[in-house]
Amino acid sequence: VRLKGQGKHCKRSEGLEIRFILIQNRAGKTRLAKWYMQFDDDEKQKLIEEVHAVVTVRDAKHTNFVEFRNFKIIYRRYAGLYFCICVDVNDNNLAYLEAIHNFVEVLNEYFHNVCELDLVFNFYKVYTVVDEMFLAGEIRETSQTKVLKQLLMLQSLE
Amino acid sequence: MVTMEVLRTCSDGQIKRRRPGAVAHICIPSTLGVSCDCTTALYKEAEIKRINKELANIRSKFKGDKALDGYSKKKYVCKLLFIFLLGHDIDFGHMEAVNLLSSNKYTEKQIGYLFISVLVNSNSELIRLINNAIKNDLASRNPTFMCLALHCIANVGSREMGEAFAADIPRILVAGDSMDSVKQSAALCLLRLYKASPDLVPMGEWTARVVHLLNDQHMGVVTAAVSLITCLCKKNPDDFKTCISLAVSRLSRIVSSASTDLQDYTYYFVPAPWLSVKLLRLLQSYPPPEDAAVKGRLVECLETVLNKAQEPPKSKKVQHSNAKNAILFETISLIIHYDSEPNLLVRACNQLGQFLQHRETNLRYLALESMCTLASSEFSHEAVKTHIDTVINALKTERDVSVRQRAADLLYAMCDRSNAKQIVSEMLRYLETADYAIREEIVLKVAILAEKYAVDYSWYVDTILNLIRIAGDYVSEEVWYRVLQIVTNRDDVQGYAAKTVFEALQAPACHENMVKVGGYILGEFGNLIAGDPRSSPPVQFSLLHSKFHLCSVATRALLLSTYIKFINLFPETKATIQGVLRAGSQLRNADVELQQRAVEYLTLSSVASTDVLATVLEEMPPFPERESSILAKLKRKKGPGAASALDDGRRDPSSNDINGGVEPTPSTVSTPSPSADLLGLRAAPPPAAPPASAGAGNLLVDVFDGPAAQPSLGPTPEEAFLRFVCKNNGVLFENQLLQIGVKSEFRQNLGRMYLFYGNKTSVQFQNFSPTVVHPGDLQTHILSAPPALRSQVDGGAQVQQVLNIECLRDFLTPPLLSVRFRYGGAPQALTLKLPVTINKFFQPTEMAAQDFFQRWKQLSLPQQEAQKIFKANHPMDAEVTKAKLLGFGSALLDNVDPNPENFVGAGIIQTKALQVGCLLRLEPNAQAQMYRLTLRTSKEPVSRHLCELLAQQF
Repeated sequence: VRLKGQGKHCKRSEGLEIRFILIQNRAGKTRLAKWYMQFDDDEKQKLIEEVHAVVTVRDAKHTNFVEFRNFKIIYRRYAGLYFCICVDVNDNNLAYLEAIHNFVEVLNEYFHNVCELDLVFNFYKVYTVVDEMFLAGEIRETSQTKVLKQLLMLQSLE
Repeated sequence: MVTMEVLRTCSDGQIKRRRPGAVAHICIPSTLGVSCDCTTALYKEAEIKRINKELANIRSKFKGDKALDGYSKKKYVCKLLFIFLLGHDIDFGHMEAVNLLSSNKYTEKQIGYLFISVLVNSNSELIRLINNAIKNDLASRNPTFMCLALHCIANVGSREMGEAFAADIPRILVAGDSMDSVKQSAALCLLRLYKASPDLVPMGEWTARVVHLLNDQHMGVVTAAVSLITCLCKKNPDDFKTCISLAVSRLSRIVSSASTDLQDYTYYFVPAPWLSVKLLRLLQSYPPPEDAAVKGRLVECLETVLNKAQEPPKSKKVQHSNAKNAILFETISLIIHYDSEPNLLVRACNQLGQFLQHRETNLRYLALESMCTLASSEFSHEAVKTHIDTVINALKTERDVSVRQRAADLLYAMCDRSNAKQIVSEMLRYLETADYAIREEIVLKVAILAEKYAVDYSWYVDTILNLIRIAGDYVSEEVWYRVLQIVTNRDDVQGYAAKTVFEALQAPACHENMVKVGGYILGEFGNLIAGDPRSSPPVQFSLLHSKFHLCSVATRALLLSTYIKFINLFPETKATIQGVLRAGSQLRNADVELQQRAVEYLTLSSVASTDVLATVLEEMPPFPERESSILAKLKRKKGPGAASALDDGRRDPSSNDINGGVEPTPSTVSTPSPSADLLGLRAAPPPAAPPASAGAGNLLVDVFDGPAAQPSLGPTPEEAFLRFVCKNNGVLFENQLLQIGVKSEFRQNLGRMYLFYGNKTSVQFQNFSPTVVHPGDLQTHILSAPPALRSQVDGGAQVQQVLNIECLRDFLTPPLLSVRFRYGGAPQALTLKLPVTINKFFQPTEMAAQDFFQRWKQLSLPQQEAQKIFKANHPMDAEVTKAKLLGFGSALLDNVDPNPENFVGAGIIQTKALQVGCLLRLEPNAQAQMYRLTLRTSKEPVSRHLCELLAQQF
């Protein structure tokens, strides 16, 4: 039985919204965890472990999206690091996939060939980069030029 | 650079390796090491030791007499933060961090804010201090400080902060002199506060100005503002309506710009991809624009995006195609959301069709996913169906299980009557090799499709039995209960089902679920195949019993019930079965349930008379409609979006809580175990169905609701009525809203009828009033009249009504049942014939051949006889015919008619006023597939009427 105009009254439940951003290495060490929802510490630890388990078993031929609980993880691997963004299942996968890449390009520019240790030692700067580009779970700024200009300005204040 | 200093001591002068790939295994020797990759216990111990030393050092610095300067304070707070991020607990330093907030050096302030954001706890005294510092920064007019403060509010987002700042932030957002970066942060900060506590953010004069941020020069401000507006307009759509035209014109400018026009905001030759996606998403909060000019412009944009997808790429980089396709997929989402432009829908479908064979796995995945929602639009459903072969191929060949899953979802969504057989058979084939992770889901989908699109129920039965054969372990209770319910409710498939399960059980190894289904069906309908010597009662019994010992307790319990039913169906098996029940392994079984059944059944079979036994072990009455349980299961199984075809792929907004949505919600739909019901001593009518869970109910409404919905699967009321001529129990009526079941019994000129009204929706029926009108001479007392029958019927609930019937004199027209109620405000009314026909008051009369012929001759007046010659509508099976004649009410007289093929019956119709003797003769002609039916009664209209009724049964 096909129904007329079934989709008409269905509203998207949410706008673009990130639940959390995780950067992990292959061993499962967290290099950045940015939470946009309230979780207690145990829950955070559980999420970190689960994401690692879900993402690391996938090979290059697989999609960059994986269902996770009631959400999905959009992830991309750069060398030994996994950049993961957790969003709603009906969010725009490719937009986030490229948001990750945009973010990585900014990090790479800012740290001049970024590597894992940059993220470890300059964690406080990484947080600044994240806040420039993502805020309150939304994409804040997408222009690499603008973000880098702002970051350099802030660096000059140090 | 203090922190680097701290950390350099940890890295022990090691040179950072820059080669990608090598970094993963860097392990910093922890001689000094607050190191990170130390996995060995030795390193761990050293690390902890080192950290404790460091913590002691910091604590002493903080407690020392000498006041620390800003620089040192920052250094130690930063160290604490680093230690915390390594996974160690920090229980001091909060005060020092708060102090840093009031520093006027950026670096000190930043570390202070970071510490607060990462380590915040609602420590009331600190919150006051923090809020104070934030207030100062917000008022500082220094954009850098303002942003730090806003980011802190956005990151913490607590109610206390909302109370303190919710009023200030809109002002900052729309102030003419705010810097762009401040506006960006303010917009998203407000969004966060609004999401956390909407009551704290009053709408006001500022809302109109926020909408106009869509026109802002600075694309970053627009990017942030769209998110805010998308969120705010959900609850206040009218306040933000003006955003539609602004969003359309902004989108139009982006989409039509050349690949380099937007400079900073061009990403791999794609102009402002994220902003485009956000704008398209904002538009999905509203119906299509009413203004024709705006709508025209928007449609133009959507067409441009679709056109661009066909253009050759401007770069070979995956970033280019991803950014471009992000916009394309969002465009398609909007087109599906509007569901009003057939041309665009079909174009979208064609575009996705190309992606189905793209070499990028991501695109194939997304195309399958997106097509799933297209399949639910009437305009594109057919277009989607043309891709069936590609999708089937994807199901067979994709390497990524999640892609195969999307393919299965899409097949499910595109399934309709025209392709159901193909899709179901492909899914069955796939099931043989499917990943364990998705087997159960596929099983559920096959089960639902098979039921939904069954044209003949033998196909349905075959499909479910195949499911059990192929993936028995994954066939959940819901699925095999369902097949039993359907077989019980549709008498046209019962014989076939019995035959099929009998054959399936012949396999040397068959799944336990098959034994359960087989046991149940043979217990109910084994008699329908008992005429064939290959499946005679003893054969059926020994086949079932050969499986008995290998089965679990639950299955053995079910089989015991089958056995007692056999005693009723086939008295010849009584001795054998009693032997089995009497065996020590049953009577003294360690399992209480088995022991109890064995004891009770054995006693029942020895003590009860044939009549009592027949009543107790009567065929199961039809099940109340319970469509939802299996769909609910599918939905539960996969969380939101599981039954994507059914709930249109849109997700339940209530399931956004990552914590809350983890465990599958326990269903309140309790499908009663058939084994428990089997012995239902149904002196009382079956209990009302438990209310279906709200979720399941909704789903059902999604599927069957709507103007186009047909009265699903059920026979027409007239057909249903005719079926009741020869039987007393069954489903009288069924449509998408309501099911009416009947159970009745008649003695002499009295009858009692139970009517069961089942609400199949999740919505309450209001003013529910079923009344009986009797135009004829049949007097009907409604015993439990309206007072007992509630005037509301809850969603998923069942109510019953009892009618007491007395036949005063012979009658031709049945009484009518008129049912009226309100469903979702709309009045519903239907009128049905109650299945009360004159033959219900038949008393069978046994008589010898001689008597029969004598009476036959007595009724020789032409008007006393009614005769009909008619074509057989059903296969001419002697057993079935016999059953029908018995059901009709007359006695069957053997050895009366010289031709053994013929049937002869006799009975008396009992009414209060008079008795009518009836004789009948049915002569089948197998060759011509014809029957001749002759009735003789003492009353002319009765002869004709009975003849009419009976002739329609064969």
